[in-house]
Amino acid sequence: MALLTIKNLCIEFPGRHGTERAVDEVSFDLSPGEILGLVGESGAGKSTIGNGIVQLLSAPGRVSSGEIFLNNTKISTFSSKEIIKIRGSRVGFIFQDPMTSLNPLFTVENQLIETINKNLGIEDSKEASRIAVDLLDQVGIPEPEIRIKQFPHQFSGGMRQRVVIAIALAGDPELLIADEPTTALDVSVQDQILSLIRKLCRERQVGCLLVTHDMGVIASVTDRVAVMYRGKMVEIGKTAELLTSPKHEYTKSLISAVPRSSKKIERFPLVEYIETTAKGLKHIDVKTHWLGQGTRHENIQDLLEIKDLNLSFVTRDAFLKKNRKYLQATRDVNLTVKQGETFGLVGESGSGKSTIARMVAGLQKPDSGSIKFDGVELVDNPDPVAVKQARLQMQMVFQNPYSSLNSRMKVDDIIAEPIRFHRLAPPQEIRTIVGDLLDHVGLGRAAGLKYPHEFSGGQRQRISIARALASRPRLLICDEPTSALDVSVQAQILNLLKDLQDELGLTMLFISHDLPVIRQMCDRVAIMRHGRILETAESEDFFEHPQNEYSIELLGLMPRFDKIYEVEATV
Amino acid sequence: MAQFLLKRLLQVILVMFVISAFCFGIQDSLGDPTRELAAMSMSDEERENLKDTLGLNDPLLVQYGRFVGRAVQGDLGTSYFFKEPALTVILKKLPATLELAFAASIIIITISIPLGVFCAIRPRHWFAKFTMAVSVIGISIPVFLTALALIFIFSITLGWMPSFGRGEIVEVWGYWSTNFASWDGIVHIIMPAIALSSIMLPLFIRLVRAEMLEVLSSEYVKFARAKGMDSLTVYFKHALKNTMLPVITVGGVQIGIMVAYTILTESVFQWPGMGFMFLEAVNRSDIPLITAYIMFVGFLFVIVNTLVDLLYGLINPMVDLVSGK
Repeated sequence: MALLTIKNLCIEFPGRHGTERAVDEVSFDLSPGEILGLVGESGAGKSTIGNGIVQLLSAPGRVSSGEIFLNNTKISTFSSKEIIKIRGSRVGFIFQDPMTSLNPLFTVENQLIETINKNLGIEDSKEASRIAVDLLDQVGIPEPEIRIKQFPHQFSGGMRQRVVIAIALAGDPELLIADEPTTALDVSVQDQILSLIRKLCRERQVGCLLVTHDMGVIASVTDRVAVMYRGKMVEIGKTAELLTSPKHEYTKSLISAVPRSSKKIERFPLVEYIETTAKGLKHIDVKTHWLGQGTRHENIQDLLEIKDLNLSFVTRDAFLKKNRKYLQATRDVNLTVKQGETFGLVGESGSGKSTIARMVAGLQKPDSGSIKFDGVELVDNPDPVAVKQARLQMQMVFQNPYSSLNSRMKVDDIIAEPIRFHRLAPPQEIRTIVGDLLDHVGLGRAAGLKYPHEFSGGQRQRISIARALASRPRLLICDEPTSALDVSVQAQILNLLKDLQDELGLTMLFISHDLPVIRQMCDRVAIMRHGRILETAESEDFFEHPQNEYSIELLGLMPRFDKIYEVEATV
Repeated sequence: MAQFLLKRLLQVILVMFVISAFCFGIQDSLGDPTRELAAMSMSDEERENLKDTLGLNDPLLVQYGRFVGRAVQGDLGTSYFFKEPALTVILKKLPATLELAFAASIIIITISIPLGVFCAIRPRHWFAKFTMAVSVIGISIPVFLTALALIFIFSITLGWMPSFGRGEIVEVWGYWSTNFASWDGIVHIIMPAIALSSIMLPLFIRLVRAEMLEVLSSEYVKFARAKGMDSLTVYFKHALKNTMLPVITVGGVQIGIMVAYTILTESVFQWPGMGFMFLEAVNRSDIPLITAYIMFVGFLFVIVNTLVDLLYGLINPMVDLVSGK
């Protein structure tokens, strides 16, 4: 008997320019104790289904047709009063970001107990608080009696997500809808949360609808998976079967675009389904073009040398110096990046990898240590001209393409700004050069007249790359350049970076938390934790024979395709 | 906590020092007080003598040093007109102003929060749209016009309300004179309070509405709905408390400003408070009183700000005043 049955569900968003159908004729069912993965790229309508089930669609969205049954009760026609009774008590919800899904002004106890009061009908506060402590214990929060009195900001991200899960389970629901429950978390925490969800579903025979964009998560935790594409469900089946022998074209290309952690390949296969790059772009010969002329290729060995780099932030200010508390962001960091290579920095959030990038780029001043670029000392160098010349040769691509471009400037001006500022080309040639750059990153010169908001995330990241190239850098610092992008777009951007590196002989400092991406991109990697570099190795060596204990642990936790079989074996 | 208060105390000293220097700087250009004080028939010699006794002929720095030295002891000079310590004059007028500001604050709080919340949760309702439209008009009309209109309609045309003064006041605790102890006093305070709140009220409605809208689109509000909370709990427990954080910050400062600038309302309604007194002091070139008033208001601002920060820390658990984070 199915726990949840969805038949021909359509969800529409009426707008000024006609009605947009976000979910189109989707049908599936879910059994108790089963975890069904809903996978797809952004805008595929996967979260919309989850929200549609309990009528939490943001206005003006509505279920336009189709039926939803929960344990044979038709809930799609429920009034808002009836659906409130279902929320929490029969359907539990887990959201993506544990940092924002708890109310910051109330204690965990308060938020748990109001849920227990409402959903279990327990008014006795002693009884309710006993249940609450018990729930926290079940989701693995140590010292629940003490922690329950605390406010959300006193918990770490992973612990907060556990609290969220405890709240979702407080009403003893039959169905759990988890909307990207681990996307905002680090790999090691992600693994814990996923096993927790899996364990709870098995023990309590709760059906779980797991919405995610991450194929690794799908592979490691779901029983069955449904693939969504532009509101339609293109394929559904057992996870192991679907991932190993996908039938639909979209599923095939989606799976092939996911960076593998198992072996390195030259280029990423593209998902032709989604965003094809513009055709008929002018091809420029880098050897003769302005773009290729700035880079001097002297055969120096180490382009970037970092020695004993230290930086600490004040976390608690005090009047007296001895009372201040510091966070050591980087601790005696030593690394060298060779000319022409891609050097990866890996680590979990807070490990200090972005801080290093910021110090190299000059956005942050180190407390002590030395950064040498092409032999020029960048820290406390008395010669500002030399430092400026060196900085000109290093550029940065940031993580979030939505906030790293000035929304009031045209793309042309965004890209031309560094050329104008550093007077790298005669003014009359700038327009042509900018156009060539736009062609070269696959956008087309017509894009120059538009504003950033007219582009998708992937296209914006291309603009960021073009802007970085505009000062003809030798070193490109990429700080999580694809973390905000979909898998298919990520593949395109990574390919673009690889191509550019080949043509221009760029050296890259590549920062990512995503191990498979690191494996595909980098020649050498350094693994960081708590501001220290634990291990530096050739990329292939690192993935095949990690030396450090933490590296081994991290690699073991990484969700990957080849893990499906293990999961199958243990079930 | 002690550290926070200590920091604040240092700030108070700095602020008061700047204000005192400023006040003293403008004294010179405010005119000759002896002109107002002295009788018509006074000779130049007598006038010089008066200046000497008042210390007006000493070098500026000496005068300033004397001024600061006395101010530290709570002596802000003697009002030329009242022939009384300026601080005493101000403290006598203080209850009238504070009660007026208090009444206006009550009006603002009781009206703006429900209306702002309503406009946020039912943005398409006709009443919400109506409130928004009226609030724009409210912001645009100057206080003295509102005050005059109120007097014209309710006092002159209809004859329901008294048009000036505090009416019957009752002395409590031997010092404080209150309007709230008698019916006549309450009737007298209504119109001035409405006039004083007329600018701040629309501002607050819009502020509460904007903050509430922001909070309602947050993830934790959605999560509260998802865990089965009914709309009332979502709005008035989860959303409202978060809405109040920025409202308190802005609102506290605004109410401080309101206390300071009751000048217009008080002069239209002949309200015997600090604002009215200040206006008269300016007319009489009563320099010690003017200076004392400005310093007192500056002091009041810092106190109000400190109270607002303490209140904020009380509501927001992420602000930890005790350990001074």
